[in-house]
Amino acid sequence: MNLDKNQLLRFTTAGSVDDGKSTLIGRLLYDSKSIFEDQIDSIKNTSSQKGLDDIDLALFTDGLRDEREQGITIDVAYRYFTTPKRKFIIADTPGHIQYTRNMVTGASTANAALILIDARHGVIEQTKRHAFIASLLNIPHIIVCINKMDLVSFRESVYDQIVADFNDFASKMLTRDVKFIPMSALMGDNVVNRSENMPWYQAAPLLYTLEHLHISSDVNKIDVRFPIQTVIRPQREGFVDYRGYAGRLASGVLRVGDEVTALPSGFNSKVKSINSGTEEVTEAFAPMSIAVTLEDDIDISRGGMIVRSNNKPEVLQQFDVMICWLNEKKSQIRKKYKVLHANNEQQAMISNCVYKIDIETLKRDSEATDFTMNEIGRVTIKTSKSMLIDGYRENRTTGSLILIDPDTNETVAAGMIV
Amino acid sequence: MDKYYLDYLSELEAEAIYVIREVWAQFNKPVILFSGGKDSILVTHLAKKAFYPAKIPFALMHVDTGHNFPETIAFRDEIAKKLEVELIVAKVQDSIDKGRVAEEKGKNATRNALQITTLLDAIEEHKIDCALGGARRDEEKARAKERFFSHRDDFGQWDPKNQRPELWNLLNGNHFEGEHFRAFPISNWTELDVWNYICRENIEIPSLYLAHERKMVWRNDTWLPYSEYLQDVNDEDIVTKRVRFRTLGDITITGAIESDCDTTEKIAMEVASMKMTERGNRSDDKRSESAMEDRKKQGYF
Repeated sequence: MNLDKNQLLRFTTAGSVDDGKSTLIGRLLYDSKSIFEDQIDSIKNTSSQKGLDDIDLALFTDGLRDEREQGITIDVAYRYFTTPKRKFIIADTPGHIQYTRNMVTGASTANAALILIDARHGVIEQTKRHAFIASLLNIPHIIVCINKMDLVSFRESVYDQIVADFNDFASKMLTRDVKFIPMSALMGDNVVNRSENMPWYQAAPLLYTLEHLHISSDVNKIDVRFPIQTVIRPQREGFVDYRGYAGRLASGVLRVGDEVTALPSGFNSKVKSINSGTEEVTEAFAPMSIAVTLEDDIDISRGGMIVRSNNKPEVLQQFDVMICWLNEKKSQIRKKYKVLHANNEQQAMISNCVYKIDIETLKRDSEATDFTMNEIGRVTIKTSKSMLIDGYRENRTTGSLILIDPDTNETVAAGMIV
Repeated sequence: MDKYYLDYLSELEAEAIYVIREVWAQFNKPVILFSGGKDSILVTHLAKKAFYPAKIPFALMHVDTGHNFPETIAFRDEIAKKLEVELIVAKVQDSIDKGRVAEEKGKNATRNALQITTLLDAIEEHKIDCALGGARRDEEKARAKERFFSHRDDFGQWDPKNQRPELWNLLNGNHFEGEHFRAFPISNWTELDVWNYICRENIEIPSLYLAHERKMVWRNDTWLPYSEYLQDVNDEDIVTKRVRFRTLGDITITGAIESDCDTTEKIAMEVASMKMTERGNRSDDKRSESAMEDRKKQGYF
């Protein structure tokens, strides 16, 4: 099996409690033969202990003791499977109470989001919230899985109505690529195998769709942003003068000989060499981990950034972000938090709440002064030193940040720079 | 096809190197937990790439149960010498001698669980604030819940209900005195990814992974290697088999599979067609449905 050219696709799933999310993931793994026999045996056992005739596919995804005992899902889990076309990472996020926080976590690295809709209920408020979060997180591809088609006799008219309803409210969303697939995760229709019950649906089943999503152009290849993680100074024979700036290229293509600027100092230089691991290369692109040396000895350390001289990020100490609050302790205006952004950590405060979004109605409330867990809204952030930032829509890496509470060291908020 | 995209192995490599460099940047005294198994060998290989041309700035730490494959120990010493890195060996035998832990009794006695105390004591003694490990989320259901940066409290405990959310590639390693982290740079790799990468990079691995003739004992539905540490073995129980190991751990609990694969390429092919999970023949996981989760909560690696 030649896997050399295979790409990695990360996707997340969103759905209400009984939309069949776990069943869908179980079906995807089961029908693509990604589950081992000892795992199937163990699930068969548990299923029959629970008095079920068939195996409960949802059991594949509940790993912890409390989850099995209570039949609920706690926190995000990651699942893997590989087909001859691609390697997949599923961020399996629970649909329960904490759904916003968990969905944001799972969605932050995803190429694609699967939004589940129960065909009997159609587009509900919850669907709109999932689509809103997917759009806010700028997930490049959305696949709307219209599930439980077996319970509406596989009728095309039901599917058509849901597609029309979704498109109606989604017309304002920024996601470029939205696809719809009618399916029955329980019966296996249109998950891995084409459904014989829905001959009116001519497009591909879910797995084929995932295998063929075009994701190469999802990464920003235009703006060179190279945040520095650490400086490598071997000081050993053969490398006495070596000074390599190590990091992961956030976006763009960097070549030996490029004119670059080191920020925040603003000194200009040229790229002298690029190392990818032990190999020397002439060019590198996002998301490679590399080490770069420059023609001149200039001061640049962790938290700094190397960029193309004619294309720089903004340098700001005050800016607006969309935040999702993740912690049980609510936010406080002017409290000192730590902010972590592109390998740079410093102090920050929320200086102003611009508005909070009512997650039920998606209406804006500009009277709000704090955020509790799972709430989303726009705030103004002030930092102790200038930060090198881009808008989240242009750059997922240099446009995202987290807030850390210094009293507990916990990550309390996720932020997307407006 | 766009010229500027990474294949999946290169992307996993880039991600792992990023995590390893974050550990170096955010912690005072990190170590690599080195068992001599393929996953810790892989982490060490990636650390070499992360800091090239400098040496790996971490020590390797081996929690030695005393019940080892001799091949593992030889491999461990060789790699530390070759990479010129410090090797810390924390011995379970020392913990037993000090009365910190008691040896298990009976036919299925193993020192596997005793490692927890030895590991936590060593972390305290050497003031280690982050231990890099080769755990993967595909290995076991409790591990599917792990973060790249996994917080451990003052008692070394993992609390699956209170994990820090991990968003984008922002890793929060902030911690208080006495607490530490476990970092898992190859979280997103599967067993097959590891073998495909070992092939591609031509990484040296212990001969135990390749097919060889060995004296074996059939016990607890698996082939266990015969050794002086295996209790209650009769002469007639011992048979010679052509086997290889899928995982390497304490010699008393590491089951082998019958195989003819004598190259890493053949192993990758075999793993791709496997019908059983990697840990299916690890008797430490068979003790109960949540054996791994329970050990992890206590501080197991």
